[in-house]
Amino acid sequence: MTVTVTRSRPVDEFEGVVGRRRRVTDRLATVVMTFAFAIVLFPLLSVAWTVVEAGLERFDPAFFARNMELTLDELAAARAGETVGGAGHAVVGTLIVTGLAAVMSIPLGVLTAIYLVEYGRGKLARSITAMVDVMTGIPSIVAGLFAYALFVIFFGPGTRSGLAGAVALAVLMTPIVVRATEEMLRLVPDELREASYALGVPRWKTIVKVVIPTSIGGIVTGVTLAVARVIGETAPLLLTAGIADGLNLNPFSGRMTTLPVYTYRSYKFPSLPVEAYIDRAFAAALTLVLLVALLFAVARILATVLEPKGNG
Amino acid sequence: MTIEQSAREERQVRVSKVGDRVFLGLSRGAGVFILVTLAGVALFLFREALPALQADATEFRDSDTFLQYVGPLVFGTVLASVLAVVLAAPLAVAVALYLTHYAPKRLARTFGLFVDLLAAIPSVVFGLWGIAFLAPLLARHVYPVLHENFGWIPLFAGPVVPSGRSMLTAGIVLAVMILPLMTAISREAFSRTPRLHEEASLALGATRWEMIRQAVLPFGRSAVVSGTMLGLGRALGETMAVAMILSPADLFSVNLIGPENPNTIAANIALRFPEAQGLDVNRLLATGLVLFAVTLVVNLVARRIASGGAA
Repeated sequence: MTVTVTRSRPVDEFEGVVGRRRRVTDRLATVVMTFAFAIVLFPLLSVAWTVVEAGLERFDPAFFARNMELTLDELAAARAGETVGGAGHAVVGTLIVTGLAAVMSIPLGVLTAIYLVEYGRGKLARSITAMVDVMTGIPSIVAGLFAYALFVIFFGPGTRSGLAGAVALAVLMTPIVVRATEEMLRLVPDELREASYALGVPRWKTIVKVVIPTSIGGIVTGVTLAVARVIGETAPLLLTAGIADGLNLNPFSGRMTTLPVYTYRSYKFPSLPVEAYIDRAFAAALTLVLLVALLFAVARILATVLEPKGNG
Repeated sequence: MTIEQSAREERQVRVSKVGDRVFLGLSRGAGVFILVTLAGVALFLFREALPALQADATEFRDSDTFLQYVGPLVFGTVLASVLAVVLAAPLAVAVALYLTHYAPKRLARTFGLFVDLLAAIPSVVFGLWGIAFLAPLLARHVYPVLHENFGWIPLFAGPVVPSGRSMLTAGIVLAVMILPLMTAISREAFSRTPRLHEEASLALGATRWEMIRQAVLPFGRSAVVSGTMLGLGRALGETMAVAMILSPADLFSVNLIGPENPNTIAANIALRFPEAQGLDVNRLLATGLVLFAVTLVVNLVARRIASGGAA
C-alpha cells in the first residue's frame, strides 16, 4: 500500500488510515442519502406543480361566483365548450363547516389542555391523556361514520347536514388542539406560576393572566395549524355533509358541499363535458391548497406577533 | 393590617375560591366530555353496526356473510398500507439522516418547512395527482418494464392496466402521503442524538457513515419504529387517495399492477356510503368498526414502542 504524502489535505492523509473499503462505504452512504432526498423531492414538487398548473385553468372570478346549479342556457353553453359553473357554494360550505368545527373544538381542546397541565393529577387525567392519544389515531372516515351514527339517532337514517360534518371534523380537530396547547402550556416555566402564587394571586387568575398570555403565541399557532389539518378532510364530509349543487347557508338542515368533496365528486363522477368537470376539480384543489398555505402563513405571522415580549 | 384591609382580602379569597372552582369545573368538564365523546364513538358505531352483524347473509343483495364481505377489504387495506410503508420507511429514514447529518443547514430548514406544509396538503389533492399525473406515467414507463422483467413474481403478473389505476399506484401515492409524517418523526429523533456520542465516535476514527450507524441509528431506533407504525396507522385509515385511484373488485389478489384490485375498507365506505340504504349502511358502519379496531391496535403498539424506547 502506498500512502501518498505529496497530497497535503488532511482528509487525504486520513485515507490511508481509514482504508479503502470503509471509505467507499462512507461515500456510498452519502450518495444513497442524497439520492433518497432527490427521489422524495420529485413527487412532492410534482404534486405542487400539477395542482398549480392544472388548477389555473379555471381559477377565475366566475369560478368563485357561480355554483353548480346550472340553468338550461348554461348547460347549452357548456356543451358548446364555454366555461360555466363554479365552486362558490363549496367555498362557502367549507368555511361554514370548518368554522363550526373550530368553534366546537377550540374551547374544548384548550380547556382540556389546561386541565391536563394545570390541574390534572391521577386517574382521570391519565385516562383523558390516553383517550386523546386514541382520538389522534382515529381514521377520518371513522370520525365521519361516528357523526353519522350520532345524527341518525336524532334525525333518522340518511341524514346529511353541515352540522354533522362539523361534528365529524371536531372529533378530528380536538385532539390536535389538545396536544398543541398542552405542549405550549408545559413550556411555561414553573417559576412564573410560583411567582404569581407568591403574590397571592389565585390559581385560576394565574392561569388566565400569566400562563395563557405567556403561551398564547404557540397556542394560536397550533390551533391555526389544526384548522389547516381538517380543512381538507374529504371522507368524513362525504358521509355527513353530503353533496349539493347549490348554495346552502344553513348548517342545520340540508346537504352542504365543501371544497374537498367538490373536488372528489367532480373528478370521480363527472358529467358531460368531462373536461370542464376535471378543470373545475383542479381549480377547487388549488383553492384548497392555497387555503392551507394561507393558514400556514397566518400561523407563522401570529407566532412572531404574539411571542411574549421581554421588558428589554 | 387594618380591619378594612383584611376584610377586603377575605372577600378576595372567597371570590378566588369560587373562581377556582368554576375554572376547575370547566376545564375538568372539557376533559370528561372528551372521554364521553370517545365512548360515544365506540358505542354509537357499535349500535349502528349491530344490525348488519346479526342479519342473515341472504338479507343482503350479494348474500355475503359479514366475514365474506369484509375479508377482501381487510386484505386490500393491509396490502395497500404495507406497500406504502415498505416504500416510504427506508426513504423517510434516509431523508431524515440527510437532513440532519448531510444537508447544509439552510436547505434542511427550508425543506423542513416544505415537508410540514406537505403533511397538511389534503389527501384529495394527492389523489388527484395520483390519478391525473402518476398513474398514466407509471402505466406507460414503469409497469411494462416491471411486468416484462419480473412477471414471474405473482406481484407483477399483470396484465398491465393501461390506465395505471392499480394497487401499486395506490401504494405509491399512500407512501408519498405518509412520507412527511415519518420523515418528521425520524428527523426529530436523529437531531436529538447526543452531540457527545457523535463526537466520541468520530474521535475514535469512524467515518461519517460509521458514526451514524454507531451513534445516531441506535439512538433513534425506537422513534423510527414508532414513526413507521404511525405511518402505517395513517395509511390504513387513508380514504380518498385510494378511493380515487382504484377501480375496485371484490376479490383477493396480490397482483399489484393488474386491472382487478381489492378495495380498502375506507375507500369502500367512501364509494358506497353516499348511495347506500338500509342494511347496507349498517354493514358499512360495521366495516368502519373493524377499521377503527385495526388502527387502534397499530397506534397503541406505536405508542408503546415510543414510550418504551424513551424510558
